[in-house]
Amino acid sequence: MIMNPLLPLLFVPFLTIVGIALVKDISSVRWVSAVGMGTQLIFAFILLYLFYKERNAGNTDSMLFVSSTMWYESFNIHLKFGVDGISVAMILLTAIVTFAGIFASWQVEYLTKEFFISLIILAGGVFGFFISLDLFTMFLFYELAVIPMYLLIGIWGSGPKEYSAMKLTLMLMGGSALLLVGMLGIYFNSAPDGGQLTFDLTEIAKVHIPYAAQMFFFPFTFIGFGVLGALFPFHTWSPDGHASAPTAVSMLHAGVLMKLGGYGCFRVAMYLLPEAAHSLAWIFIILTGIGVVYGAFGAIWQKDLKYINAYSSVSHCGLVLFALLMMNETATTGAILQMISHGLMTALFFALIGMIYGRTHTRMINEMGGLMKVIPFLSVVYVIAGLASLGLPGLSGFVAEMTIFVGSFQHTDTFHRVATIVACSSIVITAVYILRVVGTLLLGPITNNHYLELKDAQWFEKISTVTLVTSIAIIGLTPFWISTLIHEPLAQMIQHLIP
Amino acid sequence: MSWQTFSIMRFEILLSLMILYQLVADLSEKENKRMVVNATIFIFGIITLIGFLPSEDSSLFGSMYITDGLRVLLKNILNVSTLIILLQSAVWLGKEENHSKTGPFYLLIFSTLIGMYFMISAGDFLMLYLGLELATLPLTILAAFDKKLRRSAEAGIKLMMSSAVSSAILLFGVSLMYGIYGTLHFAEMTLLQDSSALSILSLVFFISGLGFKLSLVPFHLWTADVYEGSPLPVTTYFSVVSKGAALFTLMLVLYRVFGDQPRVWSLTAYFLSITTMVVGNLFALRQQNLKRFLAFSSITQAGFMMLGFVNPDALGMNTIIYFMLIYSLSNLAVFGVLSIVINATGKETMDDFNGFYSTNPRLSLVLLLALFSLAGIPPVAGFFGKFFLFTAAAAKGMYILVFIAVLNATLSLYYYLLVVKAMFINKNESPIPYLPVSGYEKVALSLCFAGIVLIGFLSIIFDYVQAMVNLTSL
Repeated sequence: MIMNPLLPLLFVPFLTIVGIALVKDISSVRWVSAVGMGTQLIFAFILLYLFYKERNAGNTDSMLFVSSTMWYESFNIHLKFGVDGISVAMILLTAIVTFAGIFASWQVEYLTKEFFISLIILAGGVFGFFISLDLFTMFLFYELAVIPMYLLIGIWGSGPKEYSAMKLTLMLMGGSALLLVGMLGIYFNSAPDGGQLTFDLTEIAKVHIPYAAQMFFFPFTFIGFGVLGALFPFHTWSPDGHASAPTAVSMLHAGVLMKLGGYGCFRVAMYLLPEAAHSLAWIFIILTGIGVVYGAFGAIWQKDLKYINAYSSVSHCGLVLFALLMMNETATTGAILQMISHGLMTALFFALIGMIYGRTHTRMINEMGGLMKVIPFLSVVYVIAGLASLGLPGLSGFVAEMTIFVGSFQHTDTFHRVATIVACSSIVITAVYILRVVGTLLLGPITNNHYLELKDAQWFEKISTVTLVTSIAIIGLTPFWISTLIHEPLAQMIQHLIP
Repeated sequence: MSWQTFSIMRFEILLSLMILYQLVADLSEKENKRMVVNATIFIFGIITLIGFLPSEDSSLFGSMYITDGLRVLLKNILNVSTLIILLQSAVWLGKEENHSKTGPFYLLIFSTLIGMYFMISAGDFLMLYLGLELATLPLTILAAFDKKLRRSAEAGIKLMMSSAVSSAILLFGVSLMYGIYGTLHFAEMTLLQDSSALSILSLVFFISGLGFKLSLVPFHLWTADVYEGSPLPVTTYFSVVSKGAALFTLMLVLYRVFGDQPRVWSLTAYFLSITTMVVGNLFALRQQNLKRFLAFSSITQAGFMMLGFVNPDALGMNTIIYFMLIYSLSNLAVFGVLSIVINATGKETMDDFNGFYSTNPRLSLVLLLALFSLAGIPPVAGFFGKFFLFTAAAAKGMYILVFIAVLNATLSLYYYLLVVKAMFINKNESPIPYLPVSGYEKVALSLCFAGIVLIGFLSIIFDYVQAMVNLTSL
């Protein structure tokens, strides 16, 4: 029997942490992390390959590579792991962003060992979350991914880092408070006919939870995950947190951790509580609609590069939730694509911002100018990222947003149409702030003679950025392999959602 | 005394022998105190191990004294905690000025421990009260142990007063029960059902009496001052062993004696839980002195413990014991690090810990994990303890209570993170220098550390607790 391809995803981060703890000097710490996360990336691709192989061999189970071990028998808690197409896509995204993140933080000098250990704990939590099929382990990994953020921002961050770190941690933990209540509610209603209660996602999906219970627990669960997915008005941790976080942490957090929110909203809140999702969707569509437009407008007014990107993340992640709430196949496909596309894109943005800041020591756009002439490599990549963000055809953003809006417009009633049109307007606003930044930051005269001595990207920065740019381009040019990957589980989940 | 009697009462008999040994050992020369400390720790280690030997269910003295698997487990938890405290206090006792205190310290600690054994093993309220007094009175002397410090004397007096009042309240409740049931025997009382207003009143008095010892709000007012004034090993003893004994006693009486009429006390627990969590948290937010800080933190944790009482089934009992076990180890780890710092430098405010990580990375990591465990953050054990408590409460449909509790857990994370922030983030020109850790302290911290990290993953421990709870009835 072949080993379960999911287990390495948990063991590799663990072994990497042990390895980092054992080695002494800074450069070995870096290399151990890089090799560890490189291995993780390889395992992610192996998983993708094996997944396709199984599917082509005619295995039509909704979850593949399922392994289940009893953990706490009295609560019926299992260590249950398994993946479907959506999780595989998310795991790939996480592996890519983490790999790029390691190289983007090559120059961390202060407490290097601790930095990489915390970063990999975070990544390990995310991997664990995406492969979990048991609500309890899912929750465990969710909190495990959130808590290192406090130290990462607090120790290695910049600006008002202590405030931001505390705000972020407390808001996300507050979110998980809601989530915990929601989860317990689902658990205790998972056997309305008097069978055994279960935390198992796939088992709960087969059960019809009473409507009243669904209506009570859906807001808890959805908002609980929504806080992490920057659901308006619970997004306020995001701009401060991202702005203060060190580069790799912003990348991982905006790129991957916020996707946990969207993924959880869909897989747990909406999938397990479908009727309540239908009844209450309108409230959250309004909230996310506001979030999408508000985030975009917020980005226009900001002068700090990281704040711009943080607000744009609020807008884009709002769009993910918005599309998920449309609850049809096209829109949700778009949502998953948007998660991946935004994950890669925003990681690239934050990596670039970190690199530019490392050179110019400012993040204020009006203090910089003409960078294209001095650091052409980074500038060109920035333009590519910007174009992907505003949805230029050929890059990943276009595919995602197009699909979302087509899907949303399939609803024929006025409410959904209006919401879609409002959300659509964010595309235009996005173009405004992206082009404004590109114009002032990269083009025009060089404002500061000191900049003439700046050096372009170093090799590790190139590895980081090229990995991300390539991924963005691949998704933009050939989105079909991802669509087929996620089509099957989505079709099945949407079937479940439509009463 | 037959072998069988010994095996039934082995905890109490061995500890009595230990007390005798202390009386003799106290006669020894000053120079030999070091040896007494070593011998005491060694012997108590063996006693702790003997506690884990298999035992049988039995009762003595006309079932005034009961022992069974569950009670042995509870005593073992107290024993392990006490052992860790002994290990941690070795350095403190080894100081020149404390040589004369060694004998009395051990004598008093073990006397209270015997009292707690009797509280747990009590088969009727008389025995329970006897144990309670034995457990409380020596503690007041211990609190005033730093006799040259005013605040220590103050702690002793405060504890004395509040214990006297709480004993009186408890006794009043018990006397009402006697009036209703005509007996104080647990076994006979369970057979008589009574839900009259008077019996509710008697239970309320009883819970209030033990509530003082558990430092539930509104009976918590002594806690902070006593914790701050007492010597650190004594504070540790208060917050872990003494609290544990009170919790276990309350649990045994409520679940086993009044288990058939839970409507009365689970509602009391509901409100006590909320007030205790909220008040404890709000006061903990602004504390600078770490001993006071831990006092309020332990009040908050007591509030979480009350959450388990909302569920009058076996599940509630399991989760309470399990949570107490984890809380003990986490709190002992925090106090262990604190005692190393206080013994070496005498510093005990939060600001003194600024930059602690740069000089003492290992101690900081232990403290970090212990605080996370108290806050209920995975993957350390506290997460599992809290989660199961919440599950127990949610099983009775108390989702609002659970929500309040989880919000409080988040709030408590704020002040635990303040300590983390001081250690890891805040800069300091002159941080606490590197502190050497003695062998005993290393053993103590390793025990706590292993417990915090492993207990959550080893589901067998929870299963064991559950098996013990399910095995025994009264």
